[in-house]
Amino acid sequence: MPPSEAQLEAFRAEARAWLEANCPASMRTPVDLSVGGYWGGRKRHLADPDARLWCERMASRGWTTPTWPREYGGGGLSRAEARILDEELRRLSARPPLTSIGIPMLGPLLLEKGSEAQKREHVPPIVRGEIRWCQGYSEPGSGSDLASLQTRCEDRGDHFVVNGQKIWTSDADKADMIFCLVRTDPKAPKHEGISFVLIDMDQPGVTTRPIRLISGASPFCQTFFENARVEKRNLIGERNGGWAIAKRLLQFERQSIGNIGTSAVRIRQEAPLPDVAKRYAGERDGRIADPLLRDRLARLEMQQRALQATMRRSADEARAGGAVGTASSIFKLCGSELNQEKHELLIGILGSQGLGWEGEGFEPEELESTRHWLRSKANTIEGGTSEVQLNIVAKRVLGLPD
Amino acid sequence: MALVLSEEQELLRQTSREFLKQHAPVSELRRLRDAQDPAGFSREVWKQMAELGWAGIPFPEELGGAGLGQLELGIVLEECGRTLAASPLVSTVLVCGSALLLGGSQAQRQDVLPAIAKGERILALALQEGPRHDPFAVATRAEPAGAHGFRLSGEKAFVLDGHVADQLLVVARSEGRPGEREGLSLFLLDRDAKGVSVTRTLMIDGRNAARVSLAGVEVPASALVGEPGRGALVLEPTLDRATAGLAAELLGSSQEAFDRTLRFLKTRQQFGVPIGSFQALKHRAARLYVALELARSAVLEALQALDEGDARASERASTAKALVGDASLAVANEGVQMHGGIGVTDEEDIGLFLKRARVAQLSFGDAAFHRDRFASLRGY
Repeated sequence: MPPSEAQLEAFRAEARAWLEANCPASMRTPVDLSVGGYWGGRKRHLADPDARLWCERMASRGWTTPTWPREYGGGGLSRAEARILDEELRRLSARPPLTSIGIPMLGPLLLEKGSEAQKREHVPPIVRGEIRWCQGYSEPGSGSDLASLQTRCEDRGDHFVVNGQKIWTSDADKADMIFCLVRTDPKAPKHEGISFVLIDMDQPGVTTRPIRLISGASPFCQTFFENARVEKRNLIGERNGGWAIAKRLLQFERQSIGNIGTSAVRIRQEAPLPDVAKRYAGERDGRIADPLLRDRLARLEMQQRALQATMRRSADEARAGGAVGTASSIFKLCGSELNQEKHELLIGILGSQGLGWEGEGFEPEELESTRHWLRSKANTIEGGTSEVQLNIVAKRVLGLPD
Repeated sequence: MALVLSEEQELLRQTSREFLKQHAPVSELRRLRDAQDPAGFSREVWKQMAELGWAGIPFPEELGGAGLGQLELGIVLEECGRTLAASPLVSTVLVCGSALLLGGSQAQRQDVLPAIAKGERILALALQEGPRHDPFAVATRAEPAGAHGFRLSGEKAFVLDGHVADQLLVVARSEGRPGEREGLSLFLLDRDAKGVSVTRTLMIDGRNAARVSLAGVEVPASALVGEPGRGALVLEPTLDRATAGLAAELLGSSQEAFDRTLRFLKTRQQFGVPIGSFQALKHRAARLYVALELARSAVLEALQALDEGDARASERASTAKALVGDASLAVANEGVQMHGGIGVTDEEDIGLFLKRARVAQLSFGDAAFHRDRFASLRGY
């Protein structure tokens, strides 16, 4: 039974009052992107105390993960209630209480594929932001051909031992645990010898090294395993059955990358792209003076809206009993390309003010836009390149032959 | 509202598809074209469509309609698009029906809408004058004549179903200059009124369009649809519906053209393998699929927004037409290319889809027109 209109309004009133009382004033300002959101983790005592408090309060109600089941610490909200909560958070301009790849990726996977014991051990710490996770998929020799991965995992009786190297592990130098694809059967065909394990990074056998990117930042790392120990209870799914788990997680990942492309045409919270265009590239009779630029902005905004609608339609179709899963390739493909297009347009609009690297002569927002433009180049590579997504659509959706 | 069809709407889609497959397949359009049919559509099939209730889908039941919405009309139009079925559904029901529903007097509605719903009257909107859709550019004059009447003078082009219409809905200017939103007036007049001459123009898609010349046509005040000088108030919401409905039809023909191309990619063999196994074609096909999926969501949202009276309905209608317009040209052009040599022969149907796409994407504004309109609506 979906909640009634009256119940939803009562929920809204209660949520609004609670948020008003519990969201610290400093958490109602835009996130400083040079610092980033609140990620929690074992080192969370180093974070801004207000950010920690905000996360703890929200987690106490399960509202860091509003729709997850209550028994694993989630909010247990219906979709309608979660939407209301989101609207109320926006109304306050509240920051997200917790940023985590546990929320869009690992958590949904564990809830679907994990054993009862695994769910009880790992899901509540995600909700409370106590463990910061990273993802160990790609290797130096295994990018788009992910299933060729070589990191070895051997059975030592009561535990496993892992040796090998991962790359593009986002924020591995700050993470507490890593979910990782490892080869448990080197003799089997490449898709059939892979397992999905959870590894604690707080041990001598795990080391990380940040990689400097074109944006100047180092969000990605190399991660090395030398006789790293893995508890047997941390094998998710069947041994050698990790490829199916890996693909399911990739669907969750694509969906979350797709989401970035649907965010409205704006930089920060206060400046819609058309306004930036008017300011930097000129305005005539209330319009963006350059008709070509205006056309491209309209095209981008239309596509963003259509992608949002397609994500909504896909969810509605799934609920009505239609197929689900393959559509996530569209979201990742379009979302990442639209995000790139947004940054291409923005960097063009800013002219030479968008080409500064650091120091005098540039507004902080301008320097930020430059770095974001460079960062967006990875969007169509990470989480499966656009070319891989097109292969998936051609094969799985269109049924074109190999 | 959920972005999925209800059971009733799915059923409407199924029955429409069955009917069209049987009575108006692509071969029927080819037959009408080759026979140089004077109407350009089958009056017999139109009668049957009316019996199925299609000609009155969005009209209230007391006026002979089905009391349904733009979404239901859009579903039927999409299916018509799939078989390139020619009928007065767009000109008469979608466009002129909407105008009378939105702006007609009680007497006009009671006279016209039941007749349309029965399939007994065909109407055509005489709006465009130049080679492009530009609704406020109207130069056709409406000058005072007699006690309360008007005299209409001007030239209209690309009047859909103009040469078979029983009545014309003419957009004329009673005040102001071409380009201005204010000063437009809408008139409903008989096709055989004195001073009206209609010349059929044969279009690439085998459909009907006409040039209409108005040489001092005198009409009484009762011919006005809506208030004099404030025709835009009727015209704009009418064009929103026309835009979204035509986008639905064009989505249907684009989807069909894509499906046919996909089948060809899977069956056509070269170098001993199906050509659809080549990555150069796979990725292009996947991109066409994605464009169609985004367009489909936009069409559904636009039709729902119109039915809900959503304030953003105009933005949504323009979004739908722009996305479908671009996707339709990409699908049609790539469809011909992927078919190879057979694709440029008259024998192969893909060329018919190319021709229809080219006409429909232009009708009521192409993608560039709608992006311009969208940007204005969004305040930039």
